[in-house]
Amino acid sequence: MNLKFHNKKITGILTVLPENEVNFDDEIDNYDFSRGQSMKLKLIMGYGKRRVVKEGTTVSDLCIFGMNHLFDNNLLKKDDIDALILVTQSPDYFVPATSHIIQGKLDLKQDMILLDINQACSGYPIGLNQAFMLLEQDEVNKVVVLNADIMSRKVSVKDRGSRPITGDAAAITIVEKNPSDNIIYGTVNVDGTGADALIIPAGGFKMPSTPKTAEFETDSSGNSRALDHLVMKGDVVFNFVQKEVPPMIENLLDKAGNIKDEVDYYMFHQPNKFMLKKLADKMGVPYSKMPNNVVENFGNSSGVSIPTCITYNLGEKLMTDSYLICLAGFGAGLSWASLLMEMGNLDFCETIDYDN
Amino acid sequence: MKKKIVDFLTEIRPEFDFAASNNFIEEGMLDSFDIVSLVASLDEEFGISIDGTEIIPENFSNVDSIFQLLIKNGVTE
Repeated sequence: MNLKFHNKKITGILTVLPENEVNFDDEIDNYDFSRGQSMKLKLIMGYGKRRVVKEGTTVSDLCIFGMNHLFDNNLLKKDDIDALILVTQSPDYFVPATSHIIQGKLDLKQDMILLDINQACSGYPIGLNQAFMLLEQDEVNKVVVLNADIMSRKVSVKDRGSRPITGDAAAITIVEKNPSDNIIYGTVNVDGTGADALIIPAGGFKMPSTPKTAEFETDSSGNSRALDHLVMKGDVVFNFVQKEVPPMIENLLDKAGNIKDEVDYYMFHQPNKFMLKKLADKMGVPYSKMPNNVVENFGNSSGVSIPTCITYNLGEKLMTDSYLICLAGFGAGLSWASLLMEMGNLDFCETIDYDN
Repeated sequence: MKKKIVDFLTEIRPEFDFAASNNFIEEGMLDSFDIVSLVASLDEEFGISIDGTEIIPENFSNVDSIFQLLIKNGVTE
């Protein structure tokens, strides 16, 4: 699905990182690797430091902290917010929607739209696409897109496929109407036949959590996890990404009438360093234009890794300059989505630490 | 080149005799992390980037299949 939007703009991005930092070197003994293999994979995959929430900290806590930072610094006014979208796969509750928890605790106005989107690694471009659609309404002038996940709470400590890369984070992106004819191009694709490639089998209505679903089992690859934990078929996801993402970007650039060299930065979801380097090689994009340093510094925080990549690598630059930027997310669902837009001269573009 | 392939495999999983096996995957000699390590070593050694869509178990089932993968990705004998 190809999308096109006129007269809209991102005006600010804030990333909130949890205060807890864990280091791969301290966790090596949890995994069924030899020490030599661990050190090699550390370099190849980008295993390093990860930011994770403390027990009890929720998605709404991270989002509310970030929103209050913006209010306190006069970067956002409560009454200007006409819609708030929360993209997450780790809500505070099944009922009510976490966006309502956030709206209530922040004392935002009642005359607004709240929307919760259950998307993971594609969630950032999908949430932005939805925000641009809401801005088509006459009375919607400013939309807050919250993208937050705390999936570290759902990954087994003995899952060497997912644990060494999984981080938590939240990001706040402000999207507004803009008089300049800044055309934004987007794409969204889905393939539900691959739903079991990334899944938490238990804990929903299909398979409620029980003492049985909390029991650990070891798979053929040496990973120990329970049905309550996230399961990722790493090889399936890797091949899906390598197969689907390059043509998605080719199609996006074609629709926009751009060639790949005209794009200043490819700010992609950050699954791991190896996957991103392979994508860059296949697309013929230099690593300097497609940063892959988020996993080693903060961990893979699902879709939030895209705004994290932006604020960490381009924070100050995007305050004063403008760039043609391609965003892409890909993962659970399966789903893959992208955006191409001129981005810059932002009101804010920074990374802050959550402080409870 | 085949000797180099066996050397890399042995470095990753020294407990196995790769020259004597014809299906590393079915015999449980390589898992997905081993393949990632091997690809990184081969990329560096031969100055290539093995196409991501070709990093599938079938292409790593034995020394000959890995050899053919390298040829396909531009390595000359």
